[in-house]
Amino acid sequence: MSLLSLANVQVAYGGIQAVKGISLHVDAGELVTLIGANGAGKSTTLKAISGLHHAGAGDIRYDGQDIRTLPSFEIARRGLVLVPEGRGVFPALTIEENLAMGAYSRTDRDGIAADIEEKFALFPRLKERAKQTAGTLSGGEQQMLAISRALMAKPKLLLLDEPSMGLAPIMVQKIFEVVKEVAKRGVTILLIEQNARLALSISHRGYVMDGGLITLEGESKSLLDDPKVREAYLGETA
Amino acid sequence: MDTFIQQLINGLTLGCVYAVVALGYTMVYGIIQLINFAHGEVVMIGAMVAYTVLTMLAASGLPPVFIVALAVFAAVPVCMAVGYSMERVAYRPLRRAPRLAPLITAIGISMILQHVALIIWSRNNLSFPQLIPLTTYHLGSSETSATITNVQVGIILTSIAMMAALLALVYKTRMGIAMRATSQNPQVAGLMGININQVISFTFMVGAALGAIAGVMVGTYYGIANYTMGFILGLKAFSAAVLGGIGNLGGAVLGGILIGLIEAFGAGYMGDLTNVCFLNSFLPGFANLCESNANGSLFGSNYKDVYAFIVLILVLVFKPSGLLGERVGDRA
Ligand SMILES: Nc1ncnc2c1ncn2[C@@H]1O[C@H](COP(=O)(O)OP(=O)(O)OP(=O)(O)O)[C@@H](O)[C@H]1O
Ligand SMILES: [Mg+2]
Repeated sequence: MSLLSLANVQVAYGGIQAVKGISLHVDAGELVTLIGANGAGKSTTLKAISGLHHAGAGDIRYDGQDIRTLPSFEIARRGLVLVPEGRGVFPALTIEENLAMGAYSRTDRDGIAADIEEKFALFPRLKERAKQTAGTLSGGEQQMLAISRALMAKPKLLLLDEPSMGLAPIMVQKIFEVVKEVAKRGVTILLIEQNARLALSISHRGYVMDGGLITLEGESKSLLDDPKVREAYLGETA
Repeated sequence: MDTFIQQLINGLTLGCVYAVVALGYTMVYGIIQLINFAHGEVVMIGAMVAYTVLTMLAASGLPPVFIVALAVFAAVPVCMAVGYSMERVAYRPLRRAPRLAPLITAIGISMILQHVALIIWSRNNLSFPQLIPLTTYHLGSSETSATITNVQVGIILTSIAMMAALLALVYKTRMGIAMRATSQNPQVAGLMGININQVISFTFMVGAALGAIAGVMVGTYYGIANYTMGFILGLKAFSAAVLGGIGNLGGAVLGGILIGLIEAFGAGYMGDLTNVCFLNSFLPGFANLCESNANGSLFGSNYKDVYAFIVLILVLVFKPSGLLGERVGDRA
């Protein structure tokens, strides 16, 4: 059984249908990527899964339960955690406080402290700035913080919305390495990316979204070889 | 000099009360950008509940300090319940509504609370029983030197303790961090597993608890309570919050104390400063005024309520973000 499955999910803003009935699934242990042009409805899909903007119709099942209409905090408490587009760090909280908020639904004080240290080991840059407010961090550092903060919740399923957005190439590499590492440690991941080639190269499977619909799906390897994908999303002429 | 020190003490006492009330305004504003105009009424209800407990137990023979403590323990939960209910019933359904709707609702709640108090406690001025005998200490050797009373000392110390406790709550506890996270980005706070409705309710209740204690302090200080007392008091504390920078806790404390001092010094000196009788010799037009009133002041101490609002207007004109606030822009 899949950890997450969507069936005929529709999401609208006011009267405008942004997601027009999509079905997808993510199995435990998988790293799945969702690519597509700007405005295709990728972020909207993640918002619907995480309860930020409820889907009007369809079925969203996580861990065997229907979560479509649950408030976002309930969904987060079940281990389904979104790192939103634009990172969403709390700018006036310190790095430490941001991390502590990531662990909000946990009560094991010692475990939390140990996990903060673990994140600091992963990103020494954050440790140096532990008492600084997150608003003073660079974009790349904020992204590290946002991912670390999400991991503080010990998620079962991690949703990442364009973690490489606006970052320098070297930082993009670093972020992708971290994503790979997190996946290797057993966290299931659904990843949205503009950088389709990189995303497909680290993931097991992929979905291509266009105009609120899923137009292609398959093994990442085969998507990388697909002429339509190569033309539209990898910037190659067929 | 004695007048100066005396007004300093009076201003500080008053300022502490304003600061505690202003914290209630600023906390709620900080978390949902709502100016809760009904907060003054919460303070009034705190005073009224305390009045009831005090008069009921005045003749009981219990130690006076114990009775006052009981009054506080009664006022705090009542006010917390009022704060919780107004958020739950009136403001929460309007959270996505245009700004003006909750603002007008707040004024409505304020009128409702006043009239509920009118029904329960009558329209009369209720005088607080003087349970704790007033002791006055001279700050100096002469009979005319400035004085401080035990009630003033109590108010100042209680206020400082409450402010310290609040700062510790907001900056050191998990709940406090969640409050600040919610105020910065409620959506992302939800993604962290924070139940923002709970956090907002909690904020209202903490603000109301502070208001309740402020109500008891005001009642004890002036020895009087009335169902309309929350209005002016609330407006002054609101002015204090704006002066300090609304949404900023330190700003509320600073603003409250400044408003208290301005009011005290205004009341203490404005009469002399605006005394026009010296003009008598060359401007005979003032003769009547000076005959009817030996001091001949244009503005006496009965204008004390005006200063807070003059300050409010000046702040809004020259530094809308307040002394410690960051840009508020068009949020209010
Ligand atoms: N809050 C909103 N209100 C109204 N329309 C919205 C809102 N958010 C998104 N939309 C619309 O929904 C559609 C899908 O947007 P979405 O953000 O899901 O796209 P996306 O695939 O994430 O694009 P991008 O790659 O640019 O992030 C777009 O047409 C967008 O204009
Ligand atoms: Mg997007």
